[in-house]
Amino acid sequence: MTLPAGTRDRYLAEFERVGGSRKGRPAWLRRLRDEALARFLASGFPTVKHEDWKYTGLAAIEQGEFEAAGADGGDLSPADIAGILPGEEADRHVLVFLDGRYRPELSTRRDLPSGAHLGSLTGALGGEFDGLVPYFSRSAETAFTDLNTMLMEDGVFLHLAKDVRVPEPIYLLFLMSPAARPVMAHPRNLIIAGENSGVTVVEQYAGRGDSGYFVNSVTDISAGRDATVSHFRFQEEGPSACHVAALRARQGAGSRFAAHSASFGALLSRHDVHAVLDGEGAECLLNGLYLGNGRQHVDHFTTIDHAKPSCASREYFHGILNDRARGVFRGRVIVRKDAQKTDARQTNRNLLLSKESEADSRPQLEIHADDVKCTHGATTGPLDEEKLFYMRSRGIDEASAKGLLTYAFADEVLRRFDLPVLRSALEEKLLAWIPETRRVQEFLRETGQ
Amino acid sequence: MGNAADQVKGWVDQEYRWGFVTTVEADTIPKGLNEDVIRAISARKGEPEFLLERRLKAYRHWLIMIEPKWSTVCYSPIDFQGISYYSAPKSLKDRPGKLDEVDPEVLRTYERLGIPLLEQKRLAGVAVDAVFDSVSVATTYQKELANMGILFCSFSEAVRKYPHLVEKYLGTVVPYNDNFFASLNSAVFTDGSFCYVPPGVRCPVELSTYFRINAENTGQFERTLIIADAGSYVSYLEGCTAPRRDTNQLHAAVVELIALEDAEIRYATVQNWYPGDREGRGGIYNFVTKRGLCAGNRSRISWTQVETGSAITWKYPSVILKGDHSVGQFHGVALTTNFQQADTGTKMTHIGKNTRSTIVNKGIAGGRGQNTYRGLVKVLAGAENSRNFTQCDSLLLGDRCGAHTFPYIEVKNRTAQVEHEASTSKIGEDQLFYCQQRGLSREDAVSMIVNGFCREVIRNLPMEFAVEAQKLLEISLEGSVG
Repeated sequence: MTLPAGTRDRYLAEFERVGGSRKGRPAWLRRLRDEALARFLASGFPTVKHEDWKYTGLAAIEQGEFEAAGADGGDLSPADIAGILPGEEADRHVLVFLDGRYRPELSTRRDLPSGAHLGSLTGALGGEFDGLVPYFSRSAETAFTDLNTMLMEDGVFLHLAKDVRVPEPIYLLFLMSPAARPVMAHPRNLIIAGENSGVTVVEQYAGRGDSGYFVNSVTDISAGRDATVSHFRFQEEGPSACHVAALRARQGAGSRFAAHSASFGALLSRHDVHAVLDGEGAECLLNGLYLGNGRQHVDHFTTIDHAKPSCASREYFHGILNDRARGVFRGRVIVRKDAQKTDARQTNRNLLLSKESEADSRPQLEIHADDVKCTHGATTGPLDEEKLFYMRSRGIDEASAKGLLTYAFADEVLRRFDLPVLRSALEEKLLAWIPETRRVQEFLRETGQ
Repeated sequence: MGNAADQVKGWVDQEYRWGFVTTVEADTIPKGLNEDVIRAISARKGEPEFLLERRLKAYRHWLIMIEPKWSTVCYSPIDFQGISYYSAPKSLKDRPGKLDEVDPEVLRTYERLGIPLLEQKRLAGVAVDAVFDSVSVATTYQKELANMGILFCSFSEAVRKYPHLVEKYLGTVVPYNDNFFASLNSAVFTDGSFCYVPPGVRCPVELSTYFRINAENTGQFERTLIIADAGSYVSYLEGCTAPRRDTNQLHAAVVELIALEDAEIRYATVQNWYPGDREGRGGIYNFVTKRGLCAGNRSRISWTQVETGSAITWKYPSVILKGDHSVGQFHGVALTTNFQQADTGTKMTHIGKNTRSTIVNKGIAGGRGQNTYRGLVKVLAGAENSRNFTQCDSLLLGDRCGAHTFPYIEVKNRTAQVEHEASTSKIGEDQLFYCQQRGLSREDAVSMIVNGFCREVIRNLPMEFAVEAQKLLEISLEGSVG
């Protein structure tokens, strides 16, 4: 579908503005941006007739009159930032992006092991690092990744040389400040983990007000041979926000990649995860929890591509939907020809708490090799009547029993978040979200969990 | 691994056994499709005005439709003007009154297919309506059924004899604008079967249709309409074959089932159209729309299908669960070898309260076959306490084939419980070893494991069909020398 004239003009103007500060950038990047622009103008935003967007309408984004955010961003202190970040953790690197721009005065930089580079992507593209071209042009693009390529201004560039391990987690906080007019940001991150390196990255998205805005981020990860990359994503955008994110990972032989995701905020959110297991013996874990209430629409669109033999993947996504919320899940597992000895498992479970909530699930297996073990399962339904009965027969009132079961359903996913500070922060937020949890909290306190 | 490949080598050598051509002089309308052709078909069949109107309406709608491209099947474009839309065995122009008058050549064809009409009439007690190319050749057992009030005849006959029933129900489940191939069928359908079971009657025999495409460059567009009135029961079998041709032939059928209150319809298909040769040349394009409507409360519709033939199979027998407490079932086996492609599955739409559906699909892929399960389970907001269970298993018999699973699950009611499970695996060397250790040949072991894999589906078939289906699977595995 082509773009409405107003939308088209706005994005074109923004493209020109971003282009103004891009003189001296490498020519290949300019070409990439031009190509992305051409594709985006030709195709526009996808509609629900597009198979990948069957359950997610984009009117809120298409009709939103988003402009680039102003540079001021209001006054924030490091203490404010500490209040937004999950838990208290002394040893962590924190990079803060306010309205899409890096804010060094709000960030906490610590010493990194030698061989590790953590900085702004803009700087890296300026020529500090050579050979970044391939990392920018090896994934299939969507309208939103094209839009990001066209308009990206800032983001993180993390590079780990061979055998470098960063012991502390690196937090990337993308914060949007309240604005009178709808604004947008297009963060772009690139993480290159060299052979046998290791790192933990947390991407946190949050809004400071309830104004409408649009965040469209892209994170590309390259995990070298035997590298370990743990990625956590915590999305808590403002209640009127539109959030679109793409996480694309390419894994080398023997590498281990985990992508944990918790989607709690935004009115309309869509998270694409695309992991390519491109070396023998690579392992991949996608683990996600999504919550929806009010009129929230939350869409997860995942692809795990087993391109080489002997790789293993696990995927677990749980969703809880209340009020008029709608949860969408697409999990595609591809096993390429000759990717023998693949072991892939996938589960999607949806819990509907209200009469008007809706869950749409599409687990997909696409298999072109024969010596494989692949399964998927999907369930949608209410809480288990038998479990409720069991609890009530032991004196737990109905509301508390429901609260406890709902908590347990979600915590199954959160328990895999192997970053204790983040995990307990998320569990707290989960408890606040679930309608009746007083007894659950008592129970957790008593059992010391 | 290597052994498994050898096991499957037999698939490649497998020849189509039903690929003979019967030389029967045929009355064929020239190739091409336009309003005149549709009028000619309608005129030849002496149809009432309303049917011609519907055909033309469907045709005019079809003209503005675009051929769907969303499935994973690929094929060279179909030349809809290169097909003859009507072919009738000529000596049948004056339709025979009795079975004895049927062209002996045609009867011999059916005998080679293993459906001796006379025999079956006596022994199996199956009432057969055989469709040869475009017209229904003979219908057995009609009188006995008529005594019970059951109307079972060819579609053309139904149009002549019971136009009010046809007018009332035709197109109510699959409307003329449903999809590209259903619209084409609505415009040019030639014959098929019609069945009406009156209230409270339990049809004592299995009703059966045998389809065969004989003439070259023709398409078969049959239309089946089955109505089970309140409290009645009917079980219906459908089998298909086609001769071997280098060119692809189109088969675009529409089947509509309507179950009123407390009625039950069981519909079984063993589809063995010509799948093309080992290079993937020729074969039938089987693009079929099958849908059942559980219109009344407590009605039940069950689809069972065994798909071993066709170059491309593209069909999704569906059930619309409109009545409260209605039940929909789908049991399917799809087998693809050589260059066959199957994109099949089912749709269950839960509308009424306490509706239940079960889906069991077994896909087997060998050679370069591509086997796709595609299904939709849709629970609408009013479908309180509805329940679905889906299980899709795939068995891979080679490293050049593909097995895909694309379920769609849409739930708009929180009291609904929907479960989906799928697995993909191959025959384990340990399983084969175990069987061989106990004295079975490798070939028998593969055949046994495949049959076991499909058992849940096959035991849903009526006896005669279960035997045939098992045999079909066995034959397809023949020649797998370990």
